[in-house]
Amino acid sequence: MQSLFAVFIDGAIYASWLFLVAAGLTVIYGVMRILNMAHGSFYAIGAYSAASMIGWYFADGSGNAWVSFLLLIVCALAAGLVVGTIIERGLLRYMYGRDEILMVIITYALLLILEDVMKIVWGVSPYFAYQPYTALGRVSMMGLKMSTYDLMLIGVAIVVGGALYAWLERTTLGKILRAVIHDREVASAMGVNVAKMFTITFLVGATLGTLAGALTAPAISVVPGIGVEVIVLAFAVVVVGGLGSIEGAAAGALLVGLCRAAAVHYAPEFELFVIYGVMSLVLAVRPQGLFGRTLARKI
Amino acid sequence: MKTVSTHATTFARRLSAGVAALAITASALAAGTAQAAENGKFRLGIVTFLSGPAAGPFGVPSANAAKVVVDALNAGKLPAPYNTIGINGVEIEPVLIDEAGGATKQVEEFRNLVERQKVDAVVGYISSGDCLAIAPVAEELKTLTVFYDCGTSRLFVDNKNPQYVFRTGLDAAVDNIGAVRYLAATHPDVTRIAGIQQNYAWGQDSWNDFTQSLKQVMPKTQMVQEQFPKVFQGQYGAEISALSVARPQVVHSSFWGGDMEAFVLQANARGLLDDAIALLTCGESAIDRYKDQAPNGMIIGARGPFGAFAPENELNTWFKTTYSGAFTMAPTYPATKMAHAILGLKYAAEKAGAKPGSVPASDAIAKAFAGATFPSVSGTATMARANGHQNVQEIGYGEYVYDSKAEKGTLRNVKTFSGDCVTPPDGTTSDEWIKADFPGAKCN
Repeated sequence: MQSLFAVFIDGAIYASWLFLVAAGLTVIYGVMRILNMAHGSFYAIGAYSAASMIGWYFADGSGNAWVSFLLLIVCALAAGLVVGTIIERGLLRYMYGRDEILMVIITYALLLILEDVMKIVWGVSPYFAYQPYTALGRVSMMGLKMSTYDLMLIGVAIVVGGALYAWLERTTLGKILRAVIHDREVASAMGVNVAKMFTITFLVGATLGTLAGALTAPAISVVPGIGVEVIVLAFAVVVVGGLGSIEGAAAGALLVGLCRAAAVHYAPEFELFVIYGVMSLVLAVRPQGLFGRTLARKI
Repeated sequence: MKTVSTHATTFARRLSAGVAALAITASALAAGTAQAAENGKFRLGIVTFLSGPAAGPFGVPSANAAKVVVDALNAGKLPAPYNTIGINGVEIEPVLIDEAGGATKQVEEFRNLVERQKVDAVVGYISSGDCLAIAPVAEELKTLTVFYDCGTSRLFVDNKNPQYVFRTGLDAAVDNIGAVRYLAATHPDVTRIAGIQQNYAWGQDSWNDFTQSLKQVMPKTQMVQEQFPKVFQGQYGAEISALSVARPQVVHSSFWGGDMEAFVLQANARGLLDDAIALLTCGESAIDRYKDQAPNGMIIGARGPFGAFAPENELNTWFKTTYSGAFTMAPTYPATKMAHAILGLKYAAEKAGAKPGSVPASDAIAKAFAGATFPSVSGTATMARANGHQNVQEIGYGEYVYDSKAEKGTLRNVKTFSGDCVTPPDGTTSDEWIKADFPGAKCN
């Protein structure tokens, strides 16, 4: 029973993290049709920025935990907006309308460039910014000690998912974005400033990436290469859920998270394989992913 | 390594250092092939991770150590018997190469070092995969190559009659045999053991060596849980739950780098390390960064008498003082291992019988290196296995303790085990030796 509970809670925590990582990727693809390989770099930049900020805040040995959480979020927003603006205004806007494969190659080049930029800025030594992670202590549930910070991630993921859903479904801007998703040419003909929508979408996606990194930083050792590791997982989740679908990203994250947790507890030897096993099974049954739409091919 | 508390204040320095490093690398690459081979200097290839996850904990400290030692050797400032200029009186010219990119790339880099950059010897390699790929090429090109860190037990199994390949680091089996002997000496009553390893050859081999050794030395122990997460996973929530549910008394891990530090942080925060003792074979490499986020009593090792486990001697005192002065932190085990390898090479080169002021031939250095006993920053090393090509030294383990006043991690209850107690003899594999209950082991 304790193991079953552990599978559920571990799966939920991991799914929350996966969703936070994958949400920005799926938002950008949904609206812009860009499979953004540089999303991993946004995650890493968020993590490094947050680690630097937390290091600065706790430099004299004192600091308030709640202020540090606020700093994590402010840091993620600032990093996401700055880096997102530079990349979108400085490069991607000149590439809109190009082939999706070309965009993959361009964003892959960005990923490599940003990895080196991060090494120049932050060096290669690990960053350890644990204070927000340990400040909330732990709680005991069914005899299992859990980190309160990890449990809080579940709440953050629900809030972020709910906010994204409400934004897309309940606001005028969201309706315009859905029109762009449905058919950008018709939306443009109806007077929608598609380029502006793209900029807004990219900034939201980039900020979601940096937010995921900033919230993860306190629990890990921030080292070069973390962005590359994450992008593979994010792709798996987004593909399972259906490219471009927020609900799909949530469902994909939950499915992958629970399956992985079950493997860790009951068949650790399959843990390495389970995420991609789930992806293969889903794609075999629904090639467009759980929530993906089947599109008619334009000739 | 910098701690988080100093990150903000060192940002500008990192930026300058990063730009300077790029400039140096670029100029080195530009100049490399243009320089003549016979420029009157001893060209020494140094290969270690300068990028990727292994750079921070291992590669950069190693490169820093190489710089400190080479600069001091060229200035003749090391304590005796290394107080002569360079190598055999010839100034050393280091050629630094990034080990990242995998074995295929490293073989190309090695050939480039030898055939175009005309190095006289190579010291390097952390990755076991790289060592296994480089060894036959080094033999083919007849280039003296000193592996300073990689631990694969297969190195001299696949290459039974090495001529130009030497390893001054210890065999990885030593780490885990030593860990078991430490556990038996300090915690003889433990029975419930769990493990968490990175899911690749390093983690799997380490766990196999550890569990096989436990069966011989502590036969009452049982393995209650084993986890093999993906390397560089970084988040171990589910694994920590699975370990907690199994209620182990000891959790063994061969994790390294960011994975190791993240696991310690998360497991400690979750209370796993309140109930179980962590035993980390590579734990010393983060001794300056754990601070109060690792429990006192956590067992750590340094893969030999390196880093914080290096014995006090004049060479080590000089190295610690010089390294700390240059990089504002004490040398961890990868740094000590690099210094140790360069000193071994110098020792052999100067015993090769070449005319002082000339670069000795690889054959002559190899002949002098085989079976040599040389003084080092890590005590006395003896090339006593694999026909004199593999170093045999003691290994130490100890408990981590955080000194809150000094804000520094230290060691207590350190125990060392002699090389002959933990190193398989020639003619047998580590697996065979362990399963045969360590025949011929001489333990203190």
